Amino acid sequence: MAYTDTLQRSSFGQTERQDSWWIQPLAIFLGFSAFIIYSTWAAFQGDNYHFGPYLSPFYSPEIFGGSSHSLFGPKPGWWPLWLPFSPAFLILWVPVGFRLTCYYYRGAYYKAFWGDPPACAVGEPRKKYRGEASFPLIIQNIHRYFLYLALMLIIFLTYDVWNALWFVDPATGQKSFGLGIGTFVLAANVILLSCYTLGCHSLRHLVGGFTDKFSGSPVRLKTYQCVSCLNKRHMFWAWMSLFVVGFSDIYIRLCAMGIWTDWRIL
Amino acid sequence: MASVTFKVWRGDIDGGEFKNYKTDISEGMVVLDALFQIQADAANDLAIRWNCKAGKCGSCSAEVNGYPRLMCMTRMSSLPQDKPIKIEPMKSFPVIKDLVCDVSWNYEAKRRIKKFKPRKPDAADGTWRMQQEDVDRVQEFRKCIECFLCQDVCHVLREHHLHEHFIGPSLLVYTAALEMHPLDVEDRTEDLRKHQGIGYCNITKCCTNVCPEHITITDNAIIPLKERLVDKFYDPLKKILNLFSGKS
Ligand code: SF4
Ligand code: SF4
Ligand code: FES
Ligand code: FES
Repeated sequence: MAYTDTLQRSSFGQTERQDSWWIQPLAIFLGFSAFIIYSTWAAFQGDNYHFGPYLSPFYSPEIFGGSSHSLFGPKPGWWPLWLPFSPAFLILWVPVGFRLTCYYYRGAYYKAFWGDPPACAVGEPRKKYRGEASFPLIIQNIHRYFLYLALMLIIFLTYDVWNALWFVDPATGQKSFGLGIGTFVLAANVILLSCYTLGCHSLRHLVGGFTDKFSGSPVRLKTYQCVSCLNKRHMFWAWMSLFVVGFSDIYIRLCAMGIWTDWRIL
Repeated sequence: MASVTFKVWRGDIDGGEFKNYKTDISEGMVVLDALFQIQADAANDLAIRWNCKAGKCGSCSAEVNGYPRLMCMTRMSSLPQDKPIKIEPMKSFPVIKDLVCDVSWNYEAKRRIKKFKPRKPDAADGTWRMQQEDVDRVQEFRKCIECFLCQDVCHVLREHHLHEHFIGPSLLVYTAALEMHPLDVEDRTEDLRKHQGIGYCNITKCCTNVCPEHITITDNAIIPLKERLVDKFYDPLKKILNLFSGKS
């Protein structure tokens, strides 16, 4: 008889756990679903993504587009007519891919969306399981490439905060230094996004995790310790940055639609 | 003193069932104390594996109300006592009798992991020198008491019974301790991918949640090993760089 022959398999949701184990996966399911629905809707809008000096992070950097933030001018002539256009389509795949392949999010959505398992020590819906050992989930190993792109995005988003400090006077057309609530929203966004990105497991590996020797390289050791420190709370940063990036878009959108007023402090 | 009902799984490899036992609970008792009382008063033949009663030998692993725990470290005061408390053997291993499992698979799988292979000695007297910052990372892994609670909760073993293909979190911790050891020169990445199935882990962190030694299994052992595998097998840029730098 093989070692595993007498082991039992639980049916879907079967467990002896007596706590409310379903709350966490349900909260994650609802949180992710709300974000996915909102961000898809916002990306398809193609307008109201900028207001004054602010640019929505869903649309940044604006590679082609109609606002003054656009790097290379308006929608390109070669864009197929049948394909809907929004500046967000050209950039949103980067943060989406980064989060989709993030180790924390993977573990969380495998549970909440796939039930693989629904929660620890709870029975699963499917008998067959291949994990990340083979296609398609072996593709998750691409994560570090999304990290490189996400690090570049942080530079653009920091530049957006700089831009959000310079307001154009509608009467004179002069640019002058200012601080609006939107400036703080965009600054909070880039800070939280940096805490999330700089605590990435792949970054932790690249700055020091790959080696067994830290002695003699104090800079490497310090960098590894800093990334590890952020990494300890990676889940927290993942959620905080997700919430604030969504809120930044909502804030700018509602200001652009004239529903909210952007209060100026300076 | 409160009287509490326990539903204890009684049986062997051919099957079994839950049996009810009542026992009195006093302040400071742990689950293992209560079972000793039941064993003394009502079920002399109840099989329990235990040794230290201090959370250090890793013998008394079982499932308390459906969650893998050390029975000697689970205080009665932490459990709701108005309902019967369910005690079962671990689910990832075959039962021998009552709460005792056959965990031999873990030792056999461990034997197949490539042994520690130190570099040439640093000094003429055959000794080595290590710096604290180089051993800091692996010290966490040395706390493992081989209780196998993480193996029990891991769904790859528990639900999918992939023992032939996946060594489980406990042995990934052991492998990480060797692989990240500053003196070790062995390469275990190929084995981790091919024979020890690290790709089956879908980083759901259940192992980390149950570890009584609070080893950050997923974040500090498994994911760093997965990243080392990416370097070796899945990163085309790294492969090209390695080609130029003369590494294989
Ligand atoms: S994180 Fe991996 S090893 Fe740990 S319980 Fe989950 S699947 Fe198993
Ligand atoms: S890693 Fe933790 S849970 Fe797993 S066997 Fe070691 S001590 Fe037990
Ligand atoms: S692991 Fe979460 S961002 Fe890389
Ligand atoms: S009896 Fe030793 S760990 Fe519980």
